[in-house]
Amino acid sequence: MAEHATHDTHDEHHDDHQQSFFMRWFCSTNHKDIGTLYLLFSLVMFFIGGFMALVIRAELFVPGLQLVHPEFFNQMTTMHALVMIFGAVMPAFVGLANWMIPMMVGAPDMALPRMNNWSFWILPFAFTMLLLPLIQYAFFGVGAGGPAGGWTLYPPLSLQGGNNVAFTIFAIHMMGVSSIMGAINVIATILNMRAPGMDLLKMPVFCWTWLITAFLLIAVMPVLAGAVTMLLTDKFFLTSFFNAAGGGDPVMFQHIFWFFGHPEVYIMILPAFGIVSEIIPTFARKPLFGYQAMVYATASIAFLSFIVWAHHMFTVGMPLGGELFFMYATMLIAVPTGVKVFNWVSTMWKSSMTFETPMLFAVGFVILFTIGGFSGLMLAIVPADFQYHDTYFVVAHFHYVLVTGAIYSIMAATYYWLPKWTGVMYNEALGKWHFWLSTIFVNVLFFPQHFLGLAGMPRRIPDYNVAFADFNLISSIGAFGFGLAQLIFAWIVIQCAFLGRGAKATDHVWEGSKGLEWTLSSPPPHHSFSTPPVINDKDLAHGDVTH
Amino acid sequence: MRRLSTGLGMLLAALASTAAWANPERWQLNMTPGATASSHEVYQLHMIIFGICCVIGLIVFGAMFYSMWKFRKSKGAVAATWSHNTTAEIIWTVVPILILVGMAIPATGTLIRMADTGDAEMTVKITGYQWKWRYEYVGTDVNFISSLSRDADAARRLGSGVDVTAIENYLLDVDKPLIVPTGTKIRFVITADDVIHSWWVPALGWKQDAIPGFINEAWTQIDEPGTYRGQCAELCGKDHGFMPIVVIAKPKAEFEAWLAQQQAALPDVSATAQTPAPAPITKS
Ligand code: HEM
Ligand SMILES: [Cu+2]
Ligand SMILES: [Cu+2]
Repeated sequence: MAEHATHDTHDEHHDDHQQSFFMRWFCSTNHKDIGTLYLLFSLVMFFIGGFMALVIRAELFVPGLQLVHPEFFNQMTTMHALVMIFGAVMPAFVGLANWMIPMMVGAPDMALPRMNNWSFWILPFAFTMLLLPLIQYAFFGVGAGGPAGGWTLYPPLSLQGGNNVAFTIFAIHMMGVSSIMGAINVIATILNMRAPGMDLLKMPVFCWTWLITAFLLIAVMPVLAGAVTMLLTDKFFLTSFFNAAGGGDPVMFQHIFWFFGHPEVYIMILPAFGIVSEIIPTFARKPLFGYQAMVYATASIAFLSFIVWAHHMFTVGMPLGGELFFMYATMLIAVPTGVKVFNWVSTMWKSSMTFETPMLFAVGFVILFTIGGFSGLMLAIVPADFQYHDTYFVVAHFHYVLVTGAIYSIMAATYYWLPKWTGVMYNEALGKWHFWLSTIFVNVLFFPQHFLGLAGMPRRIPDYNVAFADFNLISSIGAFGFGLAQLIFAWIVIQCAFLGRGAKATDHVWEGSKGLEWTLSSPPPHHSFSTPPVINDKDLAHGDVTH
Repeated sequence: MRRLSTGLGMLLAALASTAAWANPERWQLNMTPGATASSHEVYQLHMIIFGICCVIGLIVFGAMFYSMWKFRKSKGAVAATWSHNTTAEIIWTVVPILILVGMAIPATGTLIRMADTGDAEMTVKITGYQWKWRYEYVGTDVNFISSLSRDADAARRLGSGVDVTAIENYLLDVDKPLIVPTGTKIRFVITADDVIHSWWVPALGWKQDAIPGFINEAWTQIDEPGTYRGQCAELCGKDHGFMPIVVIAKPKAEFEAWLAQQQAALPDVSATAQTPAPAPITKS
C-alpha cells in the first residue's frame, strides 16, 4: 500500500520517465531511488534493532530474571549490535551518499549505477540470512537461535554456537561485499564525476568525509572477511587459527577484528562529521570555520584509526610497550577530533542562528558526541581502562558516540534534506517534539550507565546486584521513552515521503542553504545534473576558501 | 515518595562522600578508590582525566551556549563572514597536545608499576571455567573451585519466584572465596580452560583477561583486611553474569593458619592428580 503511494507521488515528478513498479525499485539504477531504498531499509533495521534493545532493557528493568533466558539475552545483545551497525547506521550513510554526492558535485548520477543496484539488493538477503536462525527460534521454536557470543564474535565463545555461526559469517561476507561496492562507487563518483570547477578542495565537507570513509571501508572490510572466514574454517573444517589447543591463538582474532573494528567506528562517524559540517553553516548563516582544517583533520583521524586498534584489548595481557604505544596513539586521536569540535563552535560564534529541527539535531550532536569523546579519552588511559573496560561505562561511551553521534547526524540529515528529496516540508512542530523527547530520554537512558560502569557493573549481563538496581531502572525508563519518540520520526517520514502531506518545499528550502543541491528543484529531476552546473565559489556552503 | 526521598538522600550522600567503597553501593556514582596502592593510583588518574574533561567541557559548551543565546537571528544578530583564524587554530591544536602529554606522564608511571609482577611473595593461579573459577595456591596443594552461592543460584532462575532483593550480596557471593593475606605482594597467574573470561575485583584496581592457552600475570597488595567482591568481565556464555569473585583479605597470621588447615584437610596429596592445562603460550 505504502509502496504504491510512493510510486504515485514520485511519478508525478518524473512524468518524463515511466517505469513499472518492479523496474523502478528492483532494477533501479537511479542514485535517488537507490538512496531511498537504502534509507528505508535502514529505518526498518533501526526499528528491528531498537526492538531488541527494548527486550534487553526490559529484562534489566529490575534485578532478577523475568522475561528471557540468559542465552536469549545474549542473542539479543549480539543481534542488536550487528543489526544497528551493519543494518541501520552504515546503510543510512550509504543512502545519504547516494542521494547527495551526485547532487553535491554536479553529476547526473553515481558513476557505477548497476553496481549501485547490486550493492543495495545484496543487503535484504544478507539480513534475512543473519536474522534467520533467530527468527526460526523465536517465532517457530526451531533450532537454537542466533549468535550469542557478542557482536565482536570472539572465539572460542563464538564457535560454541551451532549452525548460526555459518549464517552469521556468510551474512557478514555479503554485507562486506555490499559495503565495498558502495565505497568503490563513491570514490569513482567523486574522483570522476565532479562538474568542471568543482575542485577537490571546493567540495562540500560531506563529500570529503565520505571519500575518506570509502577508503577506510575498502581497507578494512576485507580484513573482517578474513577474520570471519578463519572462524568459519575453525568451526567447520577443523583448522586451528584461533584454537590454542591446536597451536592457534585466540588473541590474534581480537587483533584482526579490531584492526577492522576501530576504523569501522570511524566509518560510522566521519560521514556524520560531514553532515554536521553542512548543517551548522546553513542555520548559522555563516561559512564553515576552517574548511581545510576540517578536511585535514578527517584525513588524520582516518590515518590514526589504523594504529589504535588494540585500545580495545588493554586487558588481554599485551607487553608494556604495546600498551604504551596504543595509549599514546589513542590519546592523539583526540586532537583532530577536538579541532573539529572547535571549528563547529567557531562557526556558531558571531553567526546568526535559527534552530529548525536539523539544526537542533546538529547542535545536539556536537554536545553529546563531545561527551562521548570525553569518555573515549578517559578510556584511552590504560590504567583507568583496566577498571572501565567491559563495563557499562564503555556501553555509555559508545552509545553517546553512536546514538547521539551517528544516529543524530542521520536524523539531522533526514530533516535537512527531506524537503529536497520529497518536495514536501516536514511538520516542524512534530520535528521539534521528536528532538526534545529524544534528547531528554537518550540522556536518561545512557547517562546513568556511566555511573553503573564506574560502580562496577559489567556489560553483557542479564541480571545484577541490587546496588545497580536504581540506575538500571532509570536507564530502562529512558530506553522506552526514546523508543517511543522514534515513532514520531517514522510518522514524519511517512507523511512526507508516502502521503505527500505538508507544505510544498521551495527549491532553496532553507534561508541559509548553499551548495549545488539547492539549485535543483524539490524534488530533483530524474537525472540530477544532465548538464554540468556552473560553479560559483561564493555559493558553496563553506564559502570561498581560496582567499 | 518515601522511597524517592531516601533515594535522593543516598544520592547526595554518595556525591558528598569520598569514603572508599569496597563493594558497589546503591546510587554509587564514581569509581571506587579501592583497597590497594595501585587502585588508588588508578582512581587518581581517573579523577584527573575526568577533571580535565570537565574543564574543557565547560569551555567548549560554555562557548556554544553563549553563542546560541547571543547570536540568534531572532535577536537581530548579523552573521560575520570570516572563516579562518590561524592563531586560534594553532592554539587549539597545540594546547590539547600539551594537556595530553601532561596526562600521559602519570598514566605511564602507573602502568609501569602495575606491570611489574617481580618480587612477589606468593603466587595464586586463577583458572576461568564456564562458569566458575579455580584458585590454586602455587607451591602448596591447596586448590579449589569457587562458584556462585547456592541461594543466589536458585533465585536467579527465570520464574524462580524468589525476591532477589532479599538475598544478601545477590550475584556477588560465592560458595568458597579466595583467601589472601594482607600486606603481601601477591602475584596472580591467570588463564582459562574453555573460553575467555576476565577476572575483575574493582577494589584491586584492575581486571585481567583469562584466556585459554595463555598465562597472564597481575599483582596486588591489599593493605586492609576485608571482603572485596567482583565479577567476570568478559562475555563467556550464558552464565557470564553468574560467576562472581570474592576475595577475603586476612592478616598474615590468620591466613597462614587458614592455609595450613586447608592443607591438612586435603585427603591424600599424591592422589589429587591435576588435569593438565593446554600448553601455554608464554609471552615474554
Ligand atoms: C575521542 C575519540 C575516541 C576515543 C579516544 C575512543 C576510545 C575508545 C576506547 C579506548 C575504547 C575501548 C574501551 C574498552 O572496551 O575498554 C572504545 C570503545 C568503543 N568506541 Fe570509542 N573512542 C573514541 C571515539 C569513538 C567514536 C567516534 C565511535 C563511533 C562512532 C566509537 C565507538 C566505540 C565503540 C563501538 C566501542 C566499543 C566496542 C565494543 O567493545 O563493542 N568511539 N573507544
Ligand atoms: Cu576504538
Ligand atoms: Cu564471563
